[in-house]
Amino acid sequence: MTITVNHYLVLSAILFSIGLYGVLSKRNAIAILMCVELMLNAVNVAMVAFSRYVVPTILTGQIFALFIMTVAAAEAAVGLAIIISIYRNRETVNVDEFDLMKW
Amino acid sequence: MNETVFSIVFYVLAAITVVAAAAVVWVRNIFHAALFLVLTFVGVAALYITLNADFLAAVQVLIYAGAVAVLLIFAIMLTQNARMGNRSNNQRGPAILISVLVLIAVGWTVWNTVWPAAGEEPTVPTTAPIAQLLFNQYVLPFEVASVLLLVAMIGAIILARED
Repeated sequence: MTITVNHYLVLSAILFSIGLYGVLSKRNAIAILMCVELMLNAVNVAMVAFSRYVVPTILTGQIFALFIMTVAAAEAAVGLAIIISIYRNRETVNVDEFDLMKW
Repeated sequence: MNETVFSIVFYVLAAITVVAAAAVVWVRNIFHAALFLVLTFVGVAALYITLNADFLAAVQVLIYAGAVAVLLIFAIMLTQNARMGNRSNNQRGPAILISVLVLIAVGWTVWNTVWPAAGEEPTVPTTAPIAQLLFNQYVLPFEVASVLLLVAMIGAIILARED
């Protein structure tokens, strides 16, 4: 039983589904952000697996994963700053109670 | 590396990563969830090493298990009071249904597709080739990424500042 690209892709799909479940079902905004990071990591695993097995010598997938990490770090910083700012005004981080843009 | 040893290593690392990821959405305490998220990041970094991506594994540990984890724990410390846990909202049933459907659809598709496999040996170590690519072929996206990080940093400071 040799490990192929399919094994890594199924692992990536499992991680992505766990993250998707968390994003859809969590009440705490920080938990939702954590699950988004989980989904981005799942995509990165798929990218690096393709890079290793499909184009082993030109590293395109790894460059792509590097840029995804950059964007994920920026997203985490801005997202957490927004959450802290909302907490300062509303005394809560539960997304159920963020209805300030709801008509 | 021996095929059987490699398979065992892959399955052990995959099990650790998936169990830790499931714990992130399962445990009640959000602080524990953040710690399990760090374990997931470390598991993914180990998987990168099995994929011959040594530079990315180091970056994963530095950025995710280091910076993003510290940022998340800071945010949890700043915003939680005792009654806030890691609870689910009232969409739990539909959320389970949708994620299982996505898992079946994507999992079945990727498992049954025959991907084009190049039988060549991968390049190791990858640090120097990645630097060559980043500063020659991909220099424009690299610069755009640095501007993005600058904008995100200024934005985060402005948003989180007391005024």
